[in-house]
Amino acid sequence: MKPARFAYERPRSLEAAIRLLADGGDGAKLIAGGQSLGPILNFRLAQPELLIDVRALPELGVARDEGDAVFLGAATTHSAVEDGRVPDPTRGLLPAVARTIAYRAVRNRGTLGGSLAHADPAADWVNAMALLDVEIVAQGPRGERRLRASDFVRGPLTTALAADEIVVGVRIRKLSARARWGQYKFNRKPGEFAEAIGGFVHDPELEVARALVGAIGDAPYVVADATRLDEPAMHAAVASAGLAPGTYEHQIHFVALKRAAAQARAA
Amino acid sequence: MKTPLSLTVNGAPAEAQVEPRTSLADLLREHLMLTGTNVGCEHGVCGACTVLVDGAPARSCITLAVACDGADVRTIEGLDDDPVAERLREAFSAEHALQCGYCTPGMLVTARDIVMRLPDADEPRVREELAGNLCRCTGYVGIVRAILRVLAERKGGR
Repeated sequence: MKPARFAYERPRSLEAAIRLLADGGDGAKLIAGGQSLGPILNFRLAQPELLIDVRALPELGVARDEGDAVFLGAATTHSAVEDGRVPDPTRGLLPAVARTIAYRAVRNRGTLGGSLAHADPAADWVNAMALLDVEIVAQGPRGERRLRASDFVRGPLTTALAADEIVVGVRIRKLSARARWGQYKFNRKPGEFAEAIGGFVHDPELEVARALVGAIGDAPYVVADATRLDEPAMHAAVASAGLAPGTYEHQIHFVALKRAAAQARAA
Repeated sequence: MKTPLSLTVNGAPAEAQVEPRTSLADLLREHLMLTGTNVGCEHGVCGACTVLVDGAPARSCITLAVACDGADVRTIEGLDDDPVAERLREAFSAEHALQCGYCTPGMLVTARDIVMRLPDADEPRVREELAGNLCRCTGYVGIVRAILRVLAERKGGR
């Protein structure tokens, strides 16, 4: 299908984009790569009055080393992460996740910030960023806010962003040389949305041991202290994520988590 | 309501007046009469509409034409004299990598990207990279063989 009619603006600055978004109210919607919004527009599931294209905003295109962390602008494409064209603070985790997002033609346009703001519970960045508990930097008429990824997604397609705020980028702490991670995405065909995501990261120097049960139809479920994550604890985590023991969903999420943890321990 | 737009298509400047809701695919097919790009699913899954935008494969059905103002777009018609595409066309023919041909323009754009970006790709990798281009005729066997053939040729030539 073809989208319903909308107006289109391509502001030159972040400030101008925020103003357009605030003035546009409920009828205004941001677009960057458009790889999630595009299909939604084509299906007419969304019929915004105004699209504000933020893809080329200079503030959203930066990638910089901040010492203990790396800042990646919201308009960073998945393929830029996949190819290592931006710094990787995670010792391979981010490029590995990027490679499994949709297809190369989608990764060339889809963006990190767009994926987070869209907040599909099965989306790869939504889950990876919750596992890493990155800071999401948002800008609005009232200034800058930093939101923790672990409570950024509030539910399916729902975030902690205010209606007039724009994701500017994410700040990701650098994992140390002693860090180990594992990530397992279960889907039936490469590039599809996950049916289950398991994640595990352990960094003794940062004192981080986290695990993730993702793609659960809701905000990602994070185990904040996964220091002793044996199989009974994994089953308990998956059950706490809302997936009843004995169900297919419980089993695939348990296996995803188990494989992620095994990958981390073998690394 | 219409927005003026200027871009480069297959090496030549192109101008158009389009509604913002016009996809890049519809700009190419309906305004510029470049009907080699096929539109299948219109939601980014089937890959038939894949073209090059600024040198990289993109889905023209979920890319807005207005977002391509100033971009360099290359379609299957613009790959006539491309040496890699030429080798791929021969290999697709030799390996029976098409039957109805609907997926082929997008297949060739993706295949060219695989060959140029991943010179060491093996069969599993080629299949993984092809996951975003659906073919309902061939079962992919011929397509995978054709791409592997061109990869091997290029390795031999290095």
